[in-house]
Amino acid sequence: MAEFRMPSLGADMEKGALSVWLVEQGDHVKRGQVIAEVETDKGIIGIEVYEDGVVERLIVDPGTEVPVGEVLAMIRSEGGQTKSAATEAPLPAAGPVIEEKAAHEVRQAGLSVGRLKISPAARKKAGEFGIDVGTIKGSGQEGSLSLADVERAAKEQGLAREAPPPEAVKPAAGLDMDAMRRAIAAAMARSNREIPHYYLETEIDMSCALKWLEAENLKRPVTDRILPVAQLLKGVAFALKEVPDLNGYWLDDRNQPMESIHVGFAISIKKGGLFVPAIHDVDKKCLGELMGAMGDLITRTRAGRLRGSELTDATITFTSLGDLGVKAVYGVIYPPQVALVGFGRITERPWTESGMLGVRPVVTATLSGDHRATDGIVGARFLDTLNRYMQEPEKL
Amino acid sequence: MTAQEIKNIIFRIVRQIAPEADFDKLLPEENLREALDIDSFDFLNVIIGISKEFGVEVPESDYSKIVSLADMVNYLSERIGQKIK
Repeated sequence: MAEFRMPSLGADMEKGALSVWLVEQGDHVKRGQVIAEVETDKGIIGIEVYEDGVVERLIVDPGTEVPVGEVLAMIRSEGGQTKSAATEAPLPAAGPVIEEKAAHEVRQAGLSVGRLKISPAARKKAGEFGIDVGTIKGSGQEGSLSLADVERAAKEQGLAREAPPPEAVKPAAGLDMDAMRRAIAAAMARSNREIPHYYLETEIDMSCALKWLEAENLKRPVTDRILPVAQLLKGVAFALKEVPDLNGYWLDDRNQPMESIHVGFAISIKKGGLFVPAIHDVDKKCLGELMGAMGDLITRTRAGRLRGSELTDATITFTSLGDLGVKAVYGVIYPPQVALVGFGRITERPWTESGMLGVRPVVTATLSGDHRATDGIVGARFLDTLNRYMQEPEKL
Repeated sequence: MTAQEIKNIIFRIVRQIAPEADFDKLLPEENLREALDIDSFDFLNVIIGISKEFGVEVPESDYSKIVSLADMVNYLSERIGQKIK
């Protein structure tokens, strides 16, 4: 039986409210299917299930606010396996006992106790009861502790008291801008406090890229036109393949580059605030697919409809403020990522080459790097590689 | 199609893309994108909307001809006129 839990959708998330179930008991579910919506400080987020199965039991009622890690439903694996979906999941955001990519969420929240795995909710509860978590026997995979384990232990030790009824939450009413501001404040303050940033910038001649794009767009119907931002995004992904140290997380006092390139794409909300959902496997998508992915994310972000995994698994951040006319962006890294790439506006600027002065469309690319994870030379190599790709637009 | 009709359709297209756009304060000669905070993605959607509503595909090389609302109305009147001929 797999436990479907309230995921952690960011370092700053402690609890979430289940808004609605999109499935019923007995329904067959497919891996990747959004089966519930959760209201968080970041708006309404769709939560996916991580393996095929049948919904055995819906435990938490809509409108209930629960801590991160709380079991929301039980999913029976197809074929009757009794593994935990959360621990099997190759994608993060499935639950509190997550391996690989999402491990940072757990570690960030200070949830590892030596080698002991414990859910945030369980840890909190243990703290409330004053129980030493080391004394509790976990029932999860590899002895991981769940909230139920702690409650059982508390009962056994005569510490349990009646839990107060879960606080009912208001029905979803769009984005809570104050909460979003606080979430951004917490993440950015932490970044500036903990990450020693270094900044590099370079000017990239975009004439080849734009010339190629103009010809390409002439061949396409207006609905399939490509914007230069797609080229920059793909160029970043290709450059990261050659300079992988900038793509990943600073965790456990070491840099942990990730193989997959999931680029967090900064999208501003018109009323204020910012989301950075990830575009998955950017290096493997063609420009048309990237346009589709960006358009889809922009629409869903502004409508407050994102998926949990999109908010947690970005391996680097990409921000383009060019539409507002700024020349360069010196970004604040989103921890535990180790780099942020920023682009200003593509403008015509004087450009010298081979002793000749001309006018070219130019963009300023900046890199904010975490100096704990990499040194300036790595960032310099990245920007140089990016520049090279922008001069070979047919390869993107 | 009159200039006013073209303008109304443009407003409808833009309103779908940027619902918070304030047309009351928009001056006809103003830079439309800057005044209404329309980014490059939104602008591409405006172009797609124009193609659906007017049957006019605006090539990228003509973007400089549709910077303000007045420009856009003139440009579209001309293109629609050409189409009818």
